[in-house]
Amino acid sequence: MIEFRSVTKRFDDGTVAVDNLNLSVDAGTITVFVGPSGCGKTTSLRMVNRMVEPTEGAVLVDGADVRASDPALLRRRIGYVIQQAGLFPHRTVLDNVATVPLLSGWTRRRARDRAGELLELVGLPTELGKRYPAQLSGGQQQRVGVARALAADPPVLLMDEPFSAVDPVVREGLQDELLRLQAELDKTIVFVTHDIDEAVKVGEKVAVFRQGGHLAQYAEPDELLARPADDFVSEFVGRDRGYRRLSFLDASGIELRDVPTAREGALPEPRPEEWVLVLNAEDRPRGWLPPGSTVDTGSETAEVQPGGSLYTKGTPMRGALDAALSSPSGLGVVVDEDGRYAGVVTAEEVLEAIQQRRAEPEHGEPEQGGFG
Amino acid sequence: MLQEILSWLTDPAHWSGPDGIPHRLLEHLGYTVVAALAAIAIGVPLGLFVGHTGRGGLALVGLTNGMRALPTLGLVTFLFLVLGSTQTSTLIALVVLAVPPVLAGTYAGVQDTPRGVVDAAQGMGMTGWQRLWRVEVPNATPLLLGGIRNAVLQLVATTTVAAFVGLGGLGRYVLDGLRVYAYPKVAAGALLVAALAVVLDLLLAGLQRVIVPRGLRLAAVTRRRGGVAREPERVGTDVVAGAVAREGANG
Amino acid sequence: MLGDIVQYLSDPFNQDRILGYLGEHLQLSLLPLVIGLAAAIPLGWLASRTRSLRLTLMGTANVVYTIPSLALFVVLPGLIGTQITAPINVILALSIYTAALLVRPVVDALDAVPGHVIAAATAMGYRPLRRFFAVELPLSVPVLAAGVRVASVSNISLVSVGALIGTGGLGALFTGGFQIRYLPPIIVGIALTLLLALVMDLLLVGLRRALTPWSRVGGAH
Ligand SMILES: Nc1ncnc2c1ncn2[C@@H]1O[C@H](COP(=O)(O)OP(=O)(O)OP(=O)(O)O)[C@@H](O)[C@H]1O
Ligand SMILES: [Mg+2]
Repeated sequence: MIEFRSVTKRFDDGTVAVDNLNLSVDAGTITVFVGPSGCGKTTSLRMVNRMVEPTEGAVLVDGADVRASDPALLRRRIGYVIQQAGLFPHRTVLDNVATVPLLSGWTRRRARDRAGELLELVGLPTELGKRYPAQLSGGQQQRVGVARALAADPPVLLMDEPFSAVDPVVREGLQDELLRLQAELDKTIVFVTHDIDEAVKVGEKVAVFRQGGHLAQYAEPDELLARPADDFVSEFVGRDRGYRRLSFLDASGIELRDVPTAREGALPEPRPEEWVLVLNAEDRPRGWLPPGSTVDTGSETAEVQPGGSLYTKGTPMRGALDAALSSPSGLGVVVDEDGRYAGVVTAEEVLEAIQQRRAEPEHGEPEQGGFG
Repeated sequence: MLQEILSWLTDPAHWSGPDGIPHRLLEHLGYTVVAALAAIAIGVPLGLFVGHTGRGGLALVGLTNGMRALPTLGLVTFLFLVLGSTQTSTLIALVVLAVPPVLAGTYAGVQDTPRGVVDAAQGMGMTGWQRLWRVEVPNATPLLLGGIRNAVLQLVATTTVAAFVGLGGLGRYVLDGLRVYAYPKVAAGALLVAALAVVLDLLLAGLQRVIVPRGLRLAAVTRRRGGVAREPERVGTDVVAGAVAREGANG
Repeated sequence: MLGDIVQYLSDPFNQDRILGYLGEHLQLSLLPLVIGLAAAIPLGWLASRTRSLRLTLMGTANVVYTIPSLALFVVLPGLIGTQITAPINVILALSIYTAALLVRPVVDALDAVPGHVIAAATAMGYRPLRRFFAVELPLSVPVLAAGVRVASVSNISLVSVGALIGTGGLGALFTGGFQIRYLPPIIVGIALTLLLALVMDLLLVGLRRALTPWSRVGGAH
């Protein structure tokens, strides 16, 4: 756990970057610091590993004031990832990743073995270990940066805009990767960004900072979007927050309906007057058979229309809406984790569920999906 | 003309004795090497200190720029008249001239380490010394060695001029020849000096290839090929002329 | 010591001589700067266009730069058939140095002009030559100016070496003072050289500012 206790940082030139910050970051979660440029996110983050020393107040990691530890030793127990990755250009990828283990006195061999494992963990082929940073793409460099921060298996990870230097597509991939890693590793992660979309995607809790290092709101993403604490927060999270919210509400509140189904290769004759969902032998949806389409076909599959996107139970509700809107029958197909048919929903039902959640008096939302 | 220079150079009489080519060449090389080592011993630690701590950077840039404007001949004659000894005065003048490029190259090299890299080194728990030796020094090598190459070139040239106050070395041929209008001797001396400069520079360039970490060379190539706009500070980092240019780019 | 210098300076004969040397020094260092720059721009432009030419030119520039100034001063007359004491030798030699020193900054500066800017200029109908003068050259001024400043300082300090062959501006104060074992002219010569270098540098900074009004608003270099 990381605690900020009445922390203030005033720089020599008089700038107050952080003003009386009180915040506690739960162990084993991803907490995001988000806010406009210059609002003190980086400064707050860097007070955790003593790259910046607070002017007043104290920062505690697992109950111990960070000032009690030698800075270098403290930092070896705290992973640190920055925007440009900051890889050492003169060292191979493998040696970059092995840095902290080597500093901590591991043997070269053991450190390199560990580095190899980590490259695999972050989804990089081990052959890349022999290359130099200049020979990697931006996304690969960021992965190496994450691997390097994880090398000594630190319980705490600080990430300062780790993905903001890569293009949006790569960034999404890296975010997904981070969530996958976190499910496996259970670190205490503080993640800084100024992108609210990224914040609500990766954060289990989000701290919104306001100019001058004030904490404007500290809440779970859903809460943040549903009930912004003030105008600043609501302005910052944006007008389209209703749609954004879909990204992390799951559809657990929606009652699934059933539709007539048929097996691939054994379509009903004559055709019924409603849409029929065609499933294969493993119960996986193959497409829709339009209502009343009469006989006369050489190959029956020609009539089956490809269905829209599928919505997997437990994933963000945005997917349910997409499934309903993209389906030829207007019915979004819901599948379970194994991809087997579970039921259907309509767009109206999804929207109604959203309305209903928004109207809920207090925050009592069910567990969130999408962070597994 | 060329004929005369060639016959002067190939005359066996010019290849032996205290005024023979081998002896003069060794003298020239000796002054150059001693002064270069002294300049390195002074400039490198100072440059590393200023670059690492970031303290006194402005003063250092001003000082090196000022020293660079010092006229060689003026300095040598001044020191000779003050100190009286040819050896001491020229050696001091040579070191004074060689320190700025070494100092500026070292300082610029440490400064050139990308901000994020230094930050990451600190964030990972390196101590000040570890950061200096494992990160900043390796990153400084291209510019540091560029500074040394530059210093050596200036030393070879200045040693020639120092013959004016009685120093040995290849400059003797030039100045003694000038006095009696023996043009072939003058030209031969000049050519020998130029040849020595080129050979030393090539040797140092080879050394640079060996010493500069491969990853840094790749990074430089990527930077160039990537067409990332380089700031003036980046003007030529790997060759002599460039090394001169970047030093002056300060201030 | 200070008294000696004052005494030396108060002699009108000395004053005349010093002013004369100063004028000569200025001429010997400034002309090569202009000539060298004028040569370096087209050379750099050529080098920035073809890879093989770039390597050749850069390589040559490096080798030229390794040649000690005194060596160049005394070899040039033999090559071009001038009098060994003619000022043209020093001017030519320093022009060659300046050009060698500036080719790289020119290439670097041209490289640093963003591709999209050049593309935009081409799209608006600039022909290559016109575009070079209207877009690429102005944009390279900041980088180029850094190189010109180095060349200026280096020229001013090198001119005095010319005194060994009879044309060295303020350098004559060094050789003269040495021959009669008299310090004041040497000290005055050093001080004036430094002063000249400083003034030239300030002028060049001012010139660069004037030539790049856009860099002041953006807060760039
Ligand atoms: N070393 C320093 N000296 C003086 N002021 C500083 C220093 N570091 C940061 N500041 C100032 O403190 C404030 C907060 O800076 P900080 O870097 O924490 O912002 P940030 O929220 O991380 O912004 P960004 O999103 O742009 O990274 C800014 O006004 C900044 O200019
Ligand atoms: Mg920041």
